[in-house]
Amino acid sequence: MLSIKNLQVSVDEKPILKGLNLEVKAGEIHAIMGPNGSGKSTLAHVLSGREGYRVDAGSAHYKGLDLLEMAPEIRAREGMFLAFQYPIEIPGVNNTSFLKKALNEVRKHRGEEELDAIDFLSLIKKQMNLVEMKEDLLKRPVNQGFSGGEKKRNEILQMAVLNPTLAILDETDSGLDIDALRIVAGGVNKLRTPENAFVIITHYQRLLDYIVPDFVHVLSDGQIIKSGTKELAYELEERGYDWLLEDSEKV
Amino acid sequence: MIKENNKMTRDNDKNIAMSDDQQTIQNITDQDYKYGFVTDIEMEAFPKGLDENIVRMISAKKKEPEFMTEWRLKAYRHWRKQKEPKWPKLKYSEVDYEDLYYYAAPKKEAPKSLDEVDPELLATFEKLGVPLEERELLAGVAVDAVIDSVSVATTFKGKLGELGIIFCPISEAIQEHPELVKKYLGTVVPYTDNFYATLNSAVFSDGSFVYIPPGVRCPMELSSYFRINASKTGQFERTLIVADKGSYVSYLEGCTAPMRDENQLHAAVVELIALDDAEIKYSTVQNWYAGNKEGVGGIFNFVTKRGLCAGNNSKISWTQVETGSAITWKYPSCVLKGDKSVGEFYSVALTNNYQQADTGTKMIHLGKNTRSLIISKGISAGKSNNTYRGLVKVNKKAENARNYSQCDSLLIGDQCGAHTYPYLEIENPSAQVEHEATTSKVSEDQIFYLNQRGISTEDAVGMIVSGYAREVFQQLPMEFAVEAQALMSVSLEGSVG
Repeated sequence: MLSIKNLQVSVDEKPILKGLNLEVKAGEIHAIMGPNGSGKSTLAHVLSGREGYRVDAGSAHYKGLDLLEMAPEIRAREGMFLAFQYPIEIPGVNNTSFLKKALNEVRKHRGEEELDAIDFLSLIKKQMNLVEMKEDLLKRPVNQGFSGGEKKRNEILQMAVLNPTLAILDETDSGLDIDALRIVAGGVNKLRTPENAFVIITHYQRLLDYIVPDFVHVLSDGQIIKSGTKELAYELEERGYDWLLEDSEKV
Repeated sequence: MIKENNKMTRDNDKNIAMSDDQQTIQNITDQDYKYGFVTDIEMEAFPKGLDENIVRMISAKKKEPEFMTEWRLKAYRHWRKQKEPKWPKLKYSEVDYEDLYYYAAPKKEAPKSLDEVDPELLATFEKLGVPLEERELLAGVAVDAVIDSVSVATTFKGKLGELGIIFCPISEAIQEHPELVKKYLGTVVPYTDNFYATLNSAVFSDGSFVYIPPGVRCPMELSSYFRINASKTGQFERTLIVADKGSYVSYLEGCTAPMRDENQLHAAVVELIALDDAEIKYSTVQNWYAGNKEGVGGIFNFVTKRGLCAGNNSKISWTQVETGSAITWKYPSCVLKGDKSVGEFYSVALTNNYQQADTGTKMIHLGKNTRSLIISKGISAGKSNNTYRGLVKVNKKAENARNYSQCDSLLIGDQCGAHTYPYLEIENPSAQVEHEATTSKVSEDQIFYLNQRGISTEDAVGMIVSGYAREVFQQLPMEFAVEAQALMSVSLEGSVG
């Protein structure tokens, strides 16, 4: 589904990703861990098409399509979803109409009929239970005045409504208390199917107590220096990143 | 009539030898005839420039009673003594007032068909969903008056007539209801008011007149759109709306489709009068041609709009969405004379490319317990400049006056400007006046966030701007509000990314 080969990316002439390789297949959950500044968020942004990043070499294909050639909205319509580390506030824009617009853009792209207000509302009410979100948040402007936890839940709600093929969660666990973490993780688990895949970017092992990954990758200085199963995450939790970094330097 | 007019032109010729200019006019009018203009339009082309003679001719042409001719002349004489105001934050090449036609200018470059119209303009019509039959008219293509809208207007009129509501061109009102016109015209915006209003008083060509009798609630939104289509009112429009005791009216001006006009200078005057317990809601969507992307062409729009809450418990509410014109100079105001009267001003002013807008409101509190509300949302994009200029004045005798003002500015890109000049003049210690102002930017983060949810950049900017201006759009009649939101996206096209 996602195939990244030797991806090299720089920001303002400074190399951030230095030859990254990653293969994600349908039905898999991949966790990407790593210390601050290792390039985790850059990876999420480059994959979703954010401006300000220069691809120097390598490739990224999604469902066989050249991802790097696609406009961000096309990637989204093709089923790629990014849960933001810091969800953005859009004053005055109603959360429900925003979501309806987003869903209908995806549906239009797929050649499906657009949902009217009634069908949409019944869909959204069902999905709201997934993230235990209060209904009044739907009537408020997008993310405006939401608490940190509410914003993250709103991200998961959007994910549930848009039903992506590939979801990238960029430090969704940061700033969440344990209850919110459980709810967010529960949402992801319920959305998991053999047809879709998740890339979970996280700094801590904590989230992985609730979402069990098939693979764990350690990103350091723009490269994946170690890949393993969920046991690797536990090891990192115990020993930190330093032993790995030293190992990789020796190599 | 035609004869008489010819004679006048001849009289003029005696005084001034047939100049090159006039020769040109002659040529042009002859030319236009070939393309099917009705004859009397060219016959009515007055020479360029303004003098007492022209003012008299305009008045005579409209068969006005003596009092109107006199009023126009007084305005003209006053105008001669005035200078164009220089205080607005606007830059434009000076208008040569002697080089203008003040009545029925011969149409110089009217496109003969839609094939000759700027394709970008046509694309805009397409996006706004303007009906095909209206496109020619809006683009200024030389067509005869649209029969449909004339008949619509007539049906309309019958219905309103049953309720005693008068809704007609002001030229018609001057002839048929001179007592009402005489009583109210110039009482809110006197002919001495300001340079442009004074000029308008001398030469106004046409406009709307509305009178709502006591206790009547006007059952429909009155719109000048149909009527203007039927008879082009041109550059000096004059509107007078009187809501008698306990009545209500909602009036819509303009339309969302960009309108072309061969006249660059527009100086309209709108006067509203609300008697005891009456309410007037006046909504405008102004989208005159703004010039091209380099800032060439475009309408200069100098408008004086003022409402008088003459009676107790009266209310006047202005809502404006300003997206067009190269220059906008406009301050819809309320004079709160009656006790407990209420004035409201909701405004969205959007400027793009090289557009300039200096707009705002004045709330003049004279009566006791008067209240006013100002919600102003400026949006600047491209290399444009957007200025809010507002005055809240509380008179010595205006006990317990209250005002709340909110003036927000939104910037798109980094080459535009937003400016806010709020003036407060408070002469009564019991007044409560609040002013809030914010400036924000449409951020790349916001656009990317919406992109990442499958929404195109164009739609994203439209959504963000509509969200920002929501409080104002909510005041517009439903249909208008939907159109106005579409207009935001179209007007901002190409301003991002």
